[in-house]
Amino acid sequence: MPSACIGSWWEPEVRRRTFLGAGASVAVAGSLAGCATGGAAGSWRFFTSSEARTVDAVCEQFIPADRDPGAKSAGVVHYIDIQLTKAFRKHRQAYRQGIAHIDSMSREKFGAGFADLLPAQQAEILHALEQNSRPFFQLILAHTWQGFYGDPRHGGNRHRASWKMVGLDYPPLRGRQHYEGA
Amino acid sequence: MPKHANAVIVGAGAGGGVVAKELAAAGLNVVLLERGKWYSAADCRKDDLCNQRTSVLGAKFGPDEDRNPRVFVDEHGRESIVNPSDGAYSNNAACVGGGTFSYGAQAWRYMEKDFRMRSTYGAVPGSTLEDWPIGYDDMEPFYEKAEWELGVSGDDSGNIFKAPRRKSLPMPPLAPGKEHAILEPAAHRLGLHPFHIPMLRNSVPYNGRRSCMRCRWCVGFACEVSARNGTHNTVIPTALATGNCELRTECMTREILLDHSGKATGVAYYDAANRLQVQTADLVIVSAGAVESARLLLNTKHRLFPNGLGNRYDWVGRNLQGHSYTGANGIFDFDTFDDIGPGATIAICDYNHGNAGLAGGGMLANEFIRLPIHYVTSLPPWVPRWGIEQKKFVRQYYQRTVVVFGPVQEMPVFEARVQVDPKVKDAWGIPVARLSGGRHPHTLEIARFLAGKADAWLKAAGANRTWPRVPGPGLSGGQHQAGTCRMGNDPKISVVNRDCRLHDVDNVYVIDASVHVTNGGFNPVLTILANAYRASSNLLHAWKGSKVPA
Repeated sequence: MPSACIGSWWEPEVRRRTFLGAGASVAVAGSLAGCATGGAAGSWRFFTSSEARTVDAVCEQFIPADRDPGAKSAGVVHYIDIQLTKAFRKHRQAYRQGIAHIDSMSREKFGAGFADLLPAQQAEILHALEQNSRPFFQLILAHTWQGFYGDPRHGGNRHRASWKMVGLDYPPLRGRQHYEGA
Repeated sequence: MPKHANAVIVGAGAGGGVVAKELAAAGLNVVLLERGKWYSAADCRKDDLCNQRTSVLGAKFGPDEDRNPRVFVDEHGRESIVNPSDGAYSNNAACVGGGTFSYGAQAWRYMEKDFRMRSTYGAVPGSTLEDWPIGYDDMEPFYEKAEWELGVSGDDSGNIFKAPRRKSLPMPPLAPGKEHAILEPAAHRLGLHPFHIPMLRNSVPYNGRRSCMRCRWCVGFACEVSARNGTHNTVIPTALATGNCELRTECMTREILLDHSGKATGVAYYDAANRLQVQTADLVIVSAGAVESARLLLNTKHRLFPNGLGNRYDWVGRNLQGHSYTGANGIFDFDTFDDIGPGATIAICDYNHGNAGLAGGGMLANEFIRLPIHYVTSLPPWVPRWGIEQKKFVRQYYQRTVVVFGPVQEMPVFEARVQVDPKVKDAWGIPVARLSGGRHPHTLEIARFLAGKADAWLKAAGANRTWPRVPGPGLSGGQHQAGTCRMGNDPKISVVNRDCRLHDVDNVYVIDASVHVTNGGFNPVLTILANAYRASSNLLHAWKGSKVPA
C-alpha cells in the first residue's frame, strides 16, 4: 500500500490517520509495516509514540475542539510527523529537545507527562514555554497552523475541518483543466 | 561546444523574456539560459503550503531548496545561511517566466515623478535617492507595447493622477467583486479617486488564451487556465517561434567570459546534467533579477575588473530595494468575502505623491484573496496568539475581513546590498549572494502615513475595528527586488548607461529590475517589461554585427 505512505491528492493518509487515536496506533501497526520508518509502534515516521502524544496534546491546546474539530481530530500531529522526514528535516533536533523539555517541565511542575495533565495545567506549561523557549514555541505553533489550516494533502486538516469551519467550499467546481483538457 | 550566438541571455524572466523575443524577431541568433524549469498551466497544484506566496514546504517555482543557499546578515550583524523557503532569502522565482509565472500580475505604469524623485524631493539624508537618466516620455511607447503584446485588463480612466497614455488598455476590467463594491463608495465619500487595477490577466479571451476563471488560487500559483500573462506564455513562445531563439532550461550560469581586452566573449554555465559548458556570443545580456544579476557580475573577475565586472566604483549590488508593504486590516459586521478571485481589483493613487513632508508615497489597493493559512498569520494584536479565542476569531471573521495595502516607494540605501560571500558556495561551487543592510527610516515614515490612509478608507467602508500592517526596519528585496545595477549617466555613481549597457564593457547589458534607480510606489513588472522593450530597441538600433544564421 504505497499510496498510504506517500499521500495522494485528495485525502492523503486517510486510512493511516483513521487508526491513529491516542494509544490506538500500536494495534494496527502490523498492517502499516511498509510505511514505518521509526518508532517501536511502527506507525510514526519520526516521533516516538510518546513524543507524538505530547505533540498532539500541545497542538490541541493551540487549536482546541469546540463545535468544530480541533488540532487533534484534524490530525495536525501527522502533518508535523510527515514533514519532519521531508521539508522539516532541519527541525528534527529542535523537536526532539523541545518535546523532552515540555515533558520535563510538566513532570517537574505537575508530576506527569504533558499529555496526561489537565487542560488548565497544559495551558500553564505552554504559557511558560512561550516565555522560556520562544524559538521552539514559535516553530511548533507555526507548524500547528499549517497542519490545521493548510491543505489536507500534507497530512493535516483532516476532512478539510478548518476549511469547513470558515465556510470554504472545496473542491471548487471551477477549473480542473488538467483533468478535463483545455 | 554549443554554436556561437549573437546574444546569450541569462535569465528567462520578465526582462530576459522580452529581450529574447525582440532580438530573435529582428533576426539575431539568441540563446536564452534559464536556471529553473519550464512549467505549464498543468503544473498548478493549488498547494497552499508550497508555492511562491507561501513557501513553508518549499518554493514550488524555484529555486530548489537544497542547492541554492544564500547568506543573510541581519540588523545585528549576525550571519546565517538561508534557503529559498526562508523569507530572509528574498526569493522571487527560478523558472521560465521568472516571477511572471506565478505573480499577482498588477500592471502599473510608474508616474512621471517616479523617474524624477531627486528633482522632485531633493536629497534625502542617508539615501542615494536619484533621478532616472530617462523619463516617463521615454518609457510611454514601451509601456503601451508591453500592455498590448502581453495583454493587460483594467480601467484607469478614474485615476486622475496617472501619467498620460496614448492608448487605452486592450481589455476591460474583470467584473468587480464584493470588496470592490464596499470600498468604492467609501473612497468617493472620502474624496478619493478609485479605479480598476490594471492587470496582466485576461478578462476576455486574448492572444489565443481564455479569460480568468476567477478562482481562489492566484498569486503564488500557476494559473490553471493560463489566463494570467507572463513572459512564459507570451513573448518567450513568440521568440521560439521565430526559429532564432533556443531556450535552455536548468542551466546555471557561473560567470561571464572576457577576453584579454575585457570584452565579453560569452558565458560559462552548468547544464541540466551539471556539465560545464561555454556559450560564446557577441552580446551578453544579464537578466537574472536584482540579486542574481549582481551576483553574476561580482563573480566575473578579470585582471581589468578585480572587484567584479561593472564594479569599478563599487556600485554593483548596492541600493537593493523592494517594496515596503503597508496598510491596514479591518473587520466588518457583514460578509465581505465572495470567493471570487483574484481578489485585488480596486486601487487609489491619491497618495503616491504630494504628501506634505514626505518624499513620495505609494498606491493603495485591496489585497488578493486570503486562503485560511494566510489569514491565521495576520490576526489582530488583541487576539491571543493561540487557544480557543483565536480559533473563534478565525471562524467569525474569515469572511468579514478586508485588507487595504500597498507598496511604498523606498528611499534607496547604499548599504542595503548584495555581495558574494567569501566562504559559502552553491551546489555548483559558485560563491553565493550575501545580503545585508536595512530600510531607510523615511521609508518607514511614509509607510506609517499610508497605513493611516488605508485605515481611514476601511473605517469609511464600515469596518468596526481595524489594525495596521506596517513594515519593519529589516532589509527589503523579495519579489519586487530592484536597484542593484543602477542606470545612470555618470559611471562613477551607476553601473549601466541609459541603454542598460555596462559603462565598463560595451557588449554586456543588464536588463531587469536591477537597473531601476528607484522602484515606484507600484508593483514593478510592467516597468521591467517596458524597459526591456526600450533597451532592446536601442540595442538593435546600435547593432552593427553580422547575424549568425540559426
